[in-house]
Amino acid sequence: MSGWFAYACTFGVLALVQGIACLGLNLQWGQTGLFNVGVAAFMSIGAYTSALVTTAAIDGRLGGLGMPIVVGLVAAMAVAALASAAVGALTLRLRTDYLAIATFGVAVVVDLVARNAVSLTGGTLGISFIPRPFASFADRPVPFAFATFVLVALLAFGAYLVLERLATSPWGRVLRAIREDERAAASLGKSGAWYRLQAFTVGGALMGLAGALEAHAIGFLSPDNFTASVTFQVWAMLVVGGSGNNRGALAGAVLVSALWSLTGLATAAWFPPDEQARAAALRIVAIGVLLTLTILWRPRGLLGERTAVSRHLGGAD
Amino acid sequence: MTLQWILDGVIAAATLALGATGVTLTYSNLRFANFAHGEFISWGAYLALTLAALAGSVFGTAEVAGPFSFGGRLLLAAGLAAALTGVIALVLDMLVFRRLRARGAAVTAVMASFGVSMSLRALLEVLYTSRPRYYSEELEIAMPLGAGLRATPDQLAVLGLALVTGIGVALLLSRTSLGRQMRAVAENPVLAEIVGIDVAQVIRLTWLLGAGLAAVSGVALGVLVQVRPSMGAELLLPLFAAAIVGGIGSVPGAFVGALVVGVAEAATVRYAGAEWRAAVSFVLLVAVLLVRPTGLFGRQP
Repeated sequence: MSGWFAYACTFGVLALVQGIACLGLNLQWGQTGLFNVGVAAFMSIGAYTSALVTTAAIDGRLGGLGMPIVVGLVAAMAVAALASAAVGALTLRLRTDYLAIATFGVAVVVDLVARNAVSLTGGTLGISFIPRPFASFADRPVPFAFATFVLVALLAFGAYLVLERLATSPWGRVLRAIREDERAAASLGKSGAWYRLQAFTVGGALMGLAGALEAHAIGFLSPDNFTASVTFQVWAMLVVGGSGNNRGALAGAVLVSALWSLTGLATAAWFPPDEQARAAALRIVAIGVLLTLTILWRPRGLLGERTAVSRHLGGAD
Repeated sequence: MTLQWILDGVIAAATLALGATGVTLTYSNLRFANFAHGEFISWGAYLALTLAALAGSVFGTAEVAGPFSFGGRLLLAAGLAAALTGVIALVLDMLVFRRLRARGAAVTAVMASFGVSMSLRALLEVLYTSRPRYYSEELEIAMPLGAGLRATPDQLAVLGLALVTGIGVALLLSRTSLGRQMRAVAENPVLAEIVGIDVAQVIRLTWLLGAGLAAVSGVALGVLVQVRPSMGAELLLPLFAAAIVGGIGSVPGAFVGALVVGVAEAATVRYAGAEWRAAVSFVLLVAVLLVRPTGLFGRQP
């Protein structure tokens, strides 16, 4: 019984961590129409930043400042935001596809640095002994897992509230206006490039937070935590849940994580050990088909974007 | 020798150029960055592997012609694989991309291509596992070319193939009626339709040509290096970089861009270490976007 409870808590932590990244992606794609193929890279930047800021010093590796976790999380958001701002500033004035290609490049380079800059990232061996929250009762797995879950859930809920507030604010309305008709928005004096850059940066900061939380929740970090398949899953979460809708982003995160875990359990049980790699690939095929079918047949996803009309129009259509 | 790395870069550029030509054509005619283009490379390579093995089991042992590690059988298999990869691209267009085009959602098409690429790559792993494969076990000795440079006969064959293909595609675009139609669609699909060009037909031919060239580049890469499910995905960033450096829509640009990327990668391998090779494309991409976003031969977007 307690084993299942701890498992459920751990599942919830990982699902909501991706949910936070998914909220960031929703701000970028759902509200603003910016295509980011480097979600995992921005999570990775956040994770490594926080790990370097909070771990104890180790010979032969940079960082190791031994700061509190909160400082690590803030630093993670700041560095991921900076990286997003740099990529955005470079590409957001150009063709929309250039952002996709550039973020894909960021994903390749971040993975390369994570694997090869051993003195910074620990290389393929990664970084271990990353401080975990509530470490004082780490010897009791159930309360420990539950406390971590509550912490991540509160942060996810906080991110949700902030994003909902932003979405209904004048700022959020400008973003949607630019997404729908940039020329009309420009005629009202709203610069598309500038607002897109802001949305892309805030979204990137959330991805950095998500990556850092994952590192602290697991206590260990390696380049394999942030492969292209993570980007792919976060996209599937947003599209299935309903892009443009923050509740959809979180619901999609829980749903796709559950599907991913269940199919993982199923393949582990049904396929012989030497066929496990093939079975794992089959799961990716399935998620890809799910993503593509949702785009084609139900572009709104499960929840979809609510039609936002100014209350001053008084229900007029 | 000291200049050997430049030659190695030029040979790598030959396989890149074939793929980048497809990227630049599909990008300018279909108006979206197709993230599944790399998978056409991998699928072409694996289809050729299976077809060559089939032919081998029908006609007997492996065939080798002249100084090369491959023979007419692999060439035949490569031709068939290029056609089949074209068919895969057409089916994907029919099932996915055509509907998104009709909806007028270019960015959604980019996202769908991302989903399609993950599925296609994982499907190769399901079918063939991720173990590297080879077209031939033949060992090739590099022969001296003078000036201290060396290359294997296979490498020279790929170089020649890329040059002939590049000139062929460039002539197709600039000298034939079909090429004019393709350029018209790239320029303005609505106007092209008005003057009586069958836009749907041009789009089908673009897919066939792009995917076919990708398959040929996959086979070339398989002959020179090896066949792996991730081979195309790893080539995607260099391909985009080559197409953008050269200027989207320009075939000579794709070749020059591939040359820049290939030689820059070789220089990185020589002076910074092989592990940083993949970063070169990103650096070139950033440089071009900063200095000249239209690329060397591109027009204003």
